[in-house]
Amino acid sequence: MSDIFCSLRQLSVTYGHGAAALDRIDLDIAAGERLAIVGESGSGKSTFARALADLLPERAKVGGEMLWPALGHPPRPGRDFGFIFQDPGSSLNPVLTIGEQIAEGARRHLGLNWKQAYARAEELLGRVRMPQPDKVMRAFPHQLSGGQRQRVAIAAAIAAKPQLLIADEATSALDVVVQAEIVRLLDGLVREDGMTLLFITHDIALASGFVDRIAVFRDARLVEAGPVRSVLSAPQSDYTAELIASHRDLRTPPLIAKAAS
Amino acid sequence: MSDVLLSIDNLSKGFSSSGRRVAALENVSLTIAAGETLGIVGASGSGKSTLSRILLRLLAADAGAIRFEGEDWLALSGAALRRKRAQMQMVFQDPLAAFNPLATVGAVLDDPLRIHEVVPRHRRTGEIAMLLERVGLSADYAGRPVRSLSGGQRQRVAIARAIATRPSLLVLDEAVSALDVTVRGRILELLVELQREQGIACLFISHDLAVVRAVSHRIAVIDNGRIVETGPATSVVVAPQSDAARALVAAVPRLVTDPF
Amino acid sequence: MSRLQRLLSQPEGAVGLAILFILVVAGLLAPVISPGDPLRIAGRALLAPFTDPASPLGTDRLGRDVLAGLLYGARTSLAVGLAAAFSAMILGVCVGMVAGFAGGLVDEALMRVVDAFQIVPAFLLALAFVSTIGVSTPVIVLAIALGTWADPARLTRAQVLAIREQDYVASARVIGMHPAEIAFREILPNALPPVLALSATIVAGAILTEAALSFLGLGNPNIATWGSMIAEGRSVLRSASYLSVIPGAALAVTVLGVHLFSEGLGKALGDDGARAA
Repeated sequence: MSDIFCSLRQLSVTYGHGAAALDRIDLDIAAGERLAIVGESGSGKSTFARALADLLPERAKVGGEMLWPALGHPPRPGRDFGFIFQDPGSSLNPVLTIGEQIAEGARRHLGLNWKQAYARAEELLGRVRMPQPDKVMRAFPHQLSGGQRQRVAIAAAIAAKPQLLIADEATSALDVVVQAEIVRLLDGLVREDGMTLLFITHDIALASGFVDRIAVFRDARLVEAGPVRSVLSAPQSDYTAELIASHRDLRTPPLIAKAAS
Repeated sequence: MSDVLLSIDNLSKGFSSSGRRVAALENVSLTIAAGETLGIVGASGSGKSTLSRILLRLLAADAGAIRFEGEDWLALSGAALRRKRAQMQMVFQDPLAAFNPLATVGAVLDDPLRIHEVVPRHRRTGEIAMLLERVGLSADYAGRPVRSLSGGQRQRVAIARAIATRPSLLVLDEAVSALDVTVRGRILELLVELQREQGIACLFISHDLAVVRAVSHRIAVIDNGRIVETGPATSVVVAPQSDAARALVAAVPRLVTDPF
Repeated sequence: MSRLQRLLSQPEGAVGLAILFILVVAGLLAPVISPGDPLRIAGRALLAPFTDPASPLGTDRLGRDVLAGLLYGARTSLAVGLAAAFSAMILGVCVGMVAGFAGGLVDEALMRVVDAFQIVPAFLLALAFVSTIGVSTPVIVLAIALGTWADPARLTRAQVLAIREQDYVASARVIGMHPAEIAFREILPNALPPVLALSATIVAGAILTEAALSFLGLGNPNIATWGSMIAEGRSVLRSASYLSVIPGAALAVTVLGVHLFSEGLGKALGDDGARAA
């Protein structure tokens, strides 16, 4: 069977005197799996992603254990894991060219010189299906659309061939059409490279389309976790059932029909 | 049949970007009848926000005409425009940014009532309480700062503010996109109920076809500044004619629930 | 937690507020607690501090009481500092608001005027002004204000330009609010906090500038000021250094207090913003 990539025991995060942002989470992440963390605002899903990536603010107090059996040590940013943020507008440095931003990770972690790193960056732009990669290498973030910027962010995140990719609401700021493309891209890349994917989202349907397992968070607690099909067809918790019932797609009967007109 | 409340004819707007002229809107034409909801759906950059801003007179069009309640809407200005604005109101996307950070709920609702003298001064507090209750919030929310409310509650206040002047047209620009899924459905239900009760026409703009479908009678698909398809909501969703519409239909996430 | 409590919970805010409080009390109660008129001859000249209980901090070359000078000097520093900062802020905020709202040629013209005032070093401007026009207190206040109004003007304008693009301003337009009401009720109250935070620094600068002008002999000779005390102590710096050091220390502590207060205020107000997000 697959090894455990990351094991969380009673993971908790609190800020000062306030309520817990994460409350005793017990969860295992298998190597090579695609796990979705689904929750609404305030559920703790982003805190979870940032706790794993050691991106919490200084004043956060972390309790419990984070074990990394496959790596043997806490993951190094860039080298062992890549992180994709929600807002592609602010996650890229506005004064550096796209090429520089992607190449930096390759250069630093793979020991390449700048020329090799740039070559790799252009190759990565091709992998993330960016049109005209050579032009984009010299472009700046503000010249690209939101979807394009997110592709760049993905390229930068996988530049050093990390084993884990964390996507923190990576599609939430994009429109549905671009969202679907980015999800397809992520799915493809992760399969090709055998990466473990942690996909944080508020959209249970979006996650259900491509992940293996799903973990539902609510109010800083882990409500339910399991293979995506089982959780969706037979949810153990009422909350999960509510999330599923609130989902609205084109097959859901419209509200307007209920209005007598 | 219902009369035409709003008609937009050949609206165009362009922006200059690095020397080139980019058309944000090109010959956009559409109509809304009294009491109906027209959904406008399109990807980001398709021009939907530009359309709503021009409609709300926050941005000037380059060409085209808009007739609202039988008047030339674009010709109004100054005090006449301000008075007429009572009939066309808007709910914005970001429930946090849509309110003065220093305001209380009561002040936010008092503004339109005061400016348009909807009710005499001594009846305003009662009217505010009634508006709050209508959108599902208790009357004692009036004293609370808007910042202390959740996203869904703020959007309810935004809707209450928008209907305070008893408008005939409500423009909703991605009004539920920033809300949690469980909250979204309730806000959509509220909108549909309000429309049924008060006969308000709605222009519902979103990039999410599923949400637009839920509340619209008719749907217009906008792509690259042009309206590429219009029709009854069911037809557009079941049998999309344009590429843009087909892409939007395909992109709606579906729950995959069948176990292996 | 109220803003005041938040301010006090920061070490900077608490210390700064304490220092300023002492300063204000000293200045207000100067006639009451002072050993006497600072300009009158109180006793023997060049008395060292802590030797004579009648003159706890000693006397200067002419026999004037140092403590009296310190307390009355606090008044001058505070009064001139606050008046100058207040004038600079009012002028700056008004110009900044007009420029931010008007846009176009009016904005351009006003910004060129702001540029002109920013190019000239504030102290030299004050110096030139006072030496040409005269050394009365109102002139000094005006001189300092002229050197410092440009920064609040620029900041206010930047704030106005940024806030104008916010959805809540668009909302106000959509509900039919009159432009004047939008300017004063929606934009101005939200534009001011960072500008007010700047005011604390302006007060500190004003206090220092006033002291420097007095030091150079361009202050009002009829009132006690710390600057003139420091200047007077120059000639006996080796033998009676306390004459310059004591008012100098008072000046340093005051300016420190103002800066700490402004830091604390910035954090207290800044937390407000973070909470809203």
